[in-house]
Amino acid sequence: MSPFYRSTADLFAELNRMQTMLDRVFPSPGASIRSQAGAGFPVLNVGSSPNSIEVQALAPGLDPAKLEITIDRGLLVIAGERRSELPPADERASVYASERFAGRFRRVVSLPEDADPARVEASYRDGVLRVSVAKRESSLPRRIEVN
Amino acid sequence: MSNAVQTASAAGRAPANAAPSDNAPQAFVVPPVDVYENENAITLLADLPGVARDQLNLRVDGDTLVIEASASTASTPADMQLVYGELQCASYRRQFTLSRELDASRIEAQLRDGVLRLTIPKAEEARPRRIQVQAA
Repeated sequence: MSPFYRSTADLFAELNRMQTMLDRVFPSPGASIRSQAGAGFPVLNVGSSPNSIEVQALAPGLDPAKLEITIDRGLLVIAGERRSELPPADERASVYASERFAGRFRRVVSLPEDADPARVEASYRDGVLRVSVAKRESSLPRRIEVN
Repeated sequence: MSNAVQTASAAGRAPANAAPSDNAPQAFVVPPVDVYENENAITLLADLPGVARDQLNLRVDGDTLVIEASASTASTPADMQLVYGELQCASYRRQFTLSRELDASRIEAQLRDGVLRLTIPKAEEARPRRIQVQAA
């Protein structure tokens, strides 16, 4: 199993997820101005390995050439647009379900201090965007020899 | 006609933790869908990010259409610690009830960039026909 998918994830991540679910069912009037309940497209998972920070965005149905991925002052921004694939209203068709996200999106991940913005790799496969940001050499764990 | 799809979406909104019929309860995600109908067919689009073609299992059992899929987890480094996670469940499941005028034997499925597009044609006799009035 990949750590992205482990069932007993970090407690805070789990609480975060539950909060998001609750917010979706019972929208709270006094939510923080920065909280974005339900505005989760693409869904993000962030992981950290000894050599890199891995960001996984579940973003199906996008053209990878039109994705805008930028890193500016420690913020990784993933932005783009997903067009609705439903037929236009004037066509002779009836729409029964429209649950898939459509429109512009923008999500921001704050990278840790030791992320190296010069070494970033991004790939898009089967609707999943993976961005891997390497950690600076100086922050990697090092073994110190005792003379 | 519209009854068919309404029952379909009602079935699809079954609680996400409902147990699959065969084995022990297992967590899965109910994928969001778009469904629309025109004169010839019903089209269903489902978001299944991370699913490759061989991990998608589509089946029609009687009048029930079942979509089951699992996301591949291969390309993540093994020594990674999750820092922030919004969705860790890697399997998808949703089912719909098809109505009789749909031709389940001619369903076409396409999977591209994590989006499944199903086209379910209507049976020939269920399509709207224009009846010509003959001059007497």
